[in-house]
Amino acid sequence: MSPQFEIQLIAVIVAVACSLPGVFLVLRKMSMMSDSITHTILLGIVLAFFLTHDLSSPLLIAGAAFMGLATVWLTETLNRTKLLSEDASIGIVFPLLFSIAIILITRYAGSVHLDTDSVLLGELAFAPFNRMILFGYDIGAKAIYSTLTLLLINLICIIVFFKELKVVTFDPILSAVLGISPTLIHYGLMLLVSMTTVGAFEAVGSVLVVAFMIGPPATAYLLTDDLKHMLMLSTGIGAVNGISGFYLASWLDVSISGSMAVMTGFVFFLVFITAPKKGFISSIRRHKRQKLDFSMKTLLFHLYQHEGSEAESQEAGLHTLSAHFRWDEAFTNKTVKYLLKEGNVSIENEVIKLTTKGRELSDQEYKAIFSE
Amino acid sequence: MEQVFTLFKDYTFQTVALGSAILGLLSGILGSFAVLRKQSLLGDGVSHAALPGVILAFILTGSKHTEVLLLGALVSGLMATLFIISIVKHTRIKFDSALALVMSVFFGFGLVLLTFVQKIPNSNQAGLKRFIFGQASTLLQRDVIFMSLCGVILLILVLLFWKEFKLFIFDMEYARSLGLPANKINLLLSFMIVMAIIIGLQTVGVILMSAMLIAPAVAARQWTDRLWVMVMLSAVFGAVSGILGTIASSLTAKLPTGPAIVVFISCIVIFSILFAPGRGILQKMIHRRNLKQMIKRRGGNEDVSTI
Repeated sequence: MSPQFEIQLIAVIVAVACSLPGVFLVLRKMSMMSDSITHTILLGIVLAFFLTHDLSSPLLIAGAAFMGLATVWLTETLNRTKLLSEDASIGIVFPLLFSIAIILITRYAGSVHLDTDSVLLGELAFAPFNRMILFGYDIGAKAIYSTLTLLLINLICIIVFFKELKVVTFDPILSAVLGISPTLIHYGLMLLVSMTTVGAFEAVGSVLVVAFMIGPPATAYLLTDDLKHMLMLSTGIGAVNGISGFYLASWLDVSISGSMAVMTGFVFFLVFITAPKKGFISSIRRHKRQKLDFSMKTLLFHLYQHEGSEAESQEAGLHTLSAHFRWDEAFTNKTVKYLLKEGNVSIENEVIKLTTKGRELSDQEYKAIFSE
Repeated sequence: MEQVFTLFKDYTFQTVALGSAILGLLSGILGSFAVLRKQSLLGDGVSHAALPGVILAFILTGSKHTEVLLLGALVSGLMATLFIISIVKHTRIKFDSALALVMSVFFGFGLVLLTFVQKIPNSNQAGLKRFIFGQASTLLQRDVIFMSLCGVILLILVLLFWKEFKLFIFDMEYARSLGLPANKINLLLSFMIVMAIIIGLQTVGVILMSAMLIAPAVAARQWTDRLWVMVMLSAVFGAVSGILGTIASSLTAKLPTGPAIVVFISCIVIFSILFAPGRGILQKMIHRRNLKQMIKRRGGNEDVSTI
């Protein structure tokens, strides 16, 4: 396998492995917890390093995963006091743990190569240098196997506990009634998130793990309402981001993990603008339509109210209307135009009159809104 | 003690302590607003999002002056904020996901730019990274003057729009119905928070800046229910931990200033949560025990099960 291919393979595996638990983070409104965990695992690594004095010890990964869980527990304990909101609890816990980690590193581990940069930034380009040797044979980069294990664990956990995760995510009270402990599932999910973070940050750096975890699910969330589809879409989008990011990086000769994050942002942006029903354009369109709809109804009710009264020529005058409603001229004309087109009103002597159809419609709409 | 007195006469110490104190004060004040609006993590997001701005400013101008780099940081921090606001407004994606996404993408873009800059031969780019990750001990007098200048502007704005901000934070719907331009106030407030964050970048760095924004405000919140008292307290907490952190890091070898400040402010938070009168955990426990004893005295069942 060429290094290029290996890097792409690792990128795709990491992206898919991250987006699986990421879907649930996005749906459970806990995206920032991933950011928090990516920072605090540094403390776990440092503490485990002090115990083992070995940078390649598997205990480091265990320490990091444990610290991820500890972060979640601390945050929730703070949050449960109800003295501060959830986001504030996150923002108190992780900077403190991270600061302690940095102080420990600068004070006691200065001579060892435990560089904060390498944890925070990471670089995928170096991944192929670290080889996996089995029985004397070179069977590929180490990162391929570590991330693949991670992916398998995530995949199995999510397939096996799909039902539980779904219920807990969308209706925690129902799940408690059904005898599925929301707390247990929650911590299980968080364990997955911390393990994934630990496994992935070696390859891509901790900040970009957040991009991989949140980006594809957030993009998929704009495209579908079905949890299974969302899971599949996010893995697909993650893989596309990974590969296109790699080509962007080799084209411009810049940071690979950085370009993957940029592609994640780019793909999200495209979907954000164009997504049917949930995108920016359709949101603006819907907003405009609703505004027009509302103004048409308002005008109909207004006409109905003042029909046949003395002030009708004032209240429903074609030219006094915009001043009366405090709508601007163009908008008033547009509203009247649409009502005319649908045959709900007619204009007699510069006064807007309801037609029979319009009268029926406003009566009907009024009943639809105000009757039970 | 003598050490402390000689320290106070030290010029570098004075500069760094003053800078940290101003930073604590400002982030304390503006953090109160961010925390009350439940946007505490905006600080985290914006400070990460500042990276591409700093590097672009360097690429475009070639200068490493604090003002230029901070301007770049300000612009990209604001852009990130605008993106977040419009994603939340137009889609069903929640604030936290939008924040996490925008922040990490901007940071990734920053890394791309950073690797790009490092390839330019002879480009005097060393120190850009340190700018982002913060190094209080590199603060110069002119940086402190610049910080105080920005601080004065922010303070004046807070005083001018005090009533509007207060109304906007606690009852946005009412503010809207009074005809206040909610969008503009939202933008102004976000702009001011971003500015405070950017000022702090250089002192404590990207990651710890979010603590400076949240912690003083959370601590202050425990002691009072009045906004102005909270803002004042928060400013004091921020400034005090800024100075304490600087003293600690000057007296101890190999203790970085930024993390030291964060540890101090976190201690204040923990103390406040435990011991604040009225809301604190200790007071609540005493209150509970008294209730239990009262019920026991009157012959009731101590442990009434609740659902």
